[in-house]
Amino acid sequence: MSVPTKLQEPHLARRHRIDKAFEWVCCGSTWFGVVVLGMLLLSVGWKALTWPPSKAKLPSSPVATVEATSSSAPLSTRFFSSYDSRKPREAGILAAIWGSLWLIVLVALFSVPIGVGSAVYLEEYANDGRLKRIIQVNLSNLAGVPSIVYALLGMTAFVKMFGFFTKDEGKSLVINLLFTTVDVPLPFDRTLISGALTLTLLVLPTVIVASQEALRAVPSSIRTASYALGATQWQTIRYQVIPAAMPGIMTGVILALSRAMGEAAPLMLIGALTYVAYTPGDITSVSDIFKNPHGLLDAPFDKFTALPLQIYQWINHPRAEYGHLAAAGIMVLLTILLLMNTVAIVIRHKFQKCTRW
Amino acid sequence: MTIMQSFTELVHQRQQRESAKRNRPVESEVTKLDVRNLNFFYGEKQALFDVSMTVAERAVTAFIGPSGCGKSTFLRALNRMNDIIEGAHHNGTVLLEGQEIYAPDVDVVSLRKRVGMVFQKSTPFPKSIFDNVAYGPKIAGQRNHKGLSEIVEQSLKRAALWDEVKDRLQDSALALSGGQQQRLCIARALATNPDVLLMDEPASALDPASTSRVEDLIFELKQNYTIVIVTHNMQQAARISDWTAFFYQGYLIEKDHTQKLFTTPKKKQTEDYITGRFG
Repeated sequence: MSVPTKLQEPHLARRHRIDKAFEWVCCGSTWFGVVVLGMLLLSVGWKALTWPPSKAKLPSSPVATVEATSSSAPLSTRFFSSYDSRKPREAGILAAIWGSLWLIVLVALFSVPIGVGSAVYLEEYANDGRLKRIIQVNLSNLAGVPSIVYALLGMTAFVKMFGFFTKDEGKSLVINLLFTTVDVPLPFDRTLISGALTLTLLVLPTVIVASQEALRAVPSSIRTASYALGATQWQTIRYQVIPAAMPGIMTGVILALSRAMGEAAPLMLIGALTYVAYTPGDITSVSDIFKNPHGLLDAPFDKFTALPLQIYQWINHPRAEYGHLAAAGIMVLLTILLLMNTVAIVIRHKFQKCTRW
Repeated sequence: MTIMQSFTELVHQRQQRESAKRNRPVESEVTKLDVRNLNFFYGEKQALFDVSMTVAERAVTAFIGPSGCGKSTFLRALNRMNDIIEGAHHNGTVLLEGQEIYAPDVDVVSLRKRVGMVFQKSTPFPKSIFDNVAYGPKIAGQRNHKGLSEIVEQSLKRAALWDEVKDRLQDSALALSGGQQQRLCIARALATNPDVLLMDEPASALDPASTSRVEDLIFELKQNYTIVIVTHNMQQAARISDWTAFFYQGYLIEKDHTQKLFTTPKKKQTEDYITGRFG
């Protein structure tokens, strides 16, 4: 008995060392990400909160004191309620926040019906064939295409509309709704709707793939049971499959939207503005919507800016004070993204608990 | 032969129970379903070979046979559930009250309303008990809430589940026990007011107490419905069915009155199977 144990001993010790080393490597990889993220948050947070310098350090001239009291640190209410400005102390993210908000709403409006529709078609209707396989492979590939490529497509398709409409004619399509009319500029030019459509293209593959997975997770026994009760395919999808897949679809959509929210490159390429002193549709608060409901219809065709763009512009600004503004903007953006991801997790968790098959 | 005797005993018990309830005579001679020369294929693979059979109205017909013998395929052919499977095709005729169910002018949706189905695994929808039962009538166009409530109550009563759930109709159906879920699925199938009820091993996933409740229920239901049941459990077939059909490797070997099939089978294969020599 003792002979084989002796023979194995040197190997055994080495194997234990390798075991331990591997554990440390894995642990290190985990902490690398966490530590870098923590440092980033700390430094940005610090930068966002430490400007302007406190009153005591300011020169004691009366003018400067007045200026210091009237201005405020980034991340004050002032920061949220004013437009960008050439004076760093008066600059804010009002236009950027409303721009981003509009973008997200419009992207959701476009990407959810198209994305869920394609997913339902691919999962529920399409026969397993060569065509479906080709579409499937391309969808997965599209999800990995760099955003700048989508931006080029968006530029051609939406901003310039393939040059079908020459700009100097200044054409616009007047659409008659029941009570009012909407002026739709042709081509769309650098408006919110161009940005939203471009971002929609960007997130569509993600939305489709996530929705497909959610639909696939619905057990086929549910479909069979529904058919056995005399349901048509539409009724089965509408009343059984989609409700059961909804949490998964919602999670995918929210994660895709938060990606769209953080994208700067496509917006930059399609030429969203960086200095904007108005909000889309002139809506700066919820009560404005009731005062001027027509603003809701005009907003998609307004020029705009968005949070990532505003941050980018501030960071590149030569004056150091703008660096603090950028940090404050980053904090706002991160907070919104974090909130969206939390909502996604909560939805997933809640429905996982109350649905078992 | 002791096994034969035990089956005889079971059949006899059932007959006593029926006469105690002053039921109709065991044999019903009205034909509900008439299947002629049915061949069924999954792609290249043939699952049923030239099966011809009649199913009597208001009686329980049981299909027995080893796994993969085609009994479930045959059952699913009776309400065209196999249509969902890609590559499935057939030839032969299936007549429901003299009407070909595979005829082009027959709408599969209305056929499945007339021929309901209950599955082996209970499959309640992740909704309330009420919504589960109301689903069938609702999709058929019944929108009136009062009418739906009546259907739900009636169906649950017929499925012997009403007393257990009447106070919590809005609770999730997934909170019910396995046996209750299966009876809920039966109630759900009854809510579309079918003539025929197909059951694919409805009690095989249940404990003995729930199984016995489901069996009692089937026994009750045959007064109003034509019931076709697939079962792995031969005692169950002997206990509840009036007719039994034995399938083997895609062929219908023998179909007879349950009593005759279990006591004096005509074919050697049937005898071997019910006495446990194979399968």
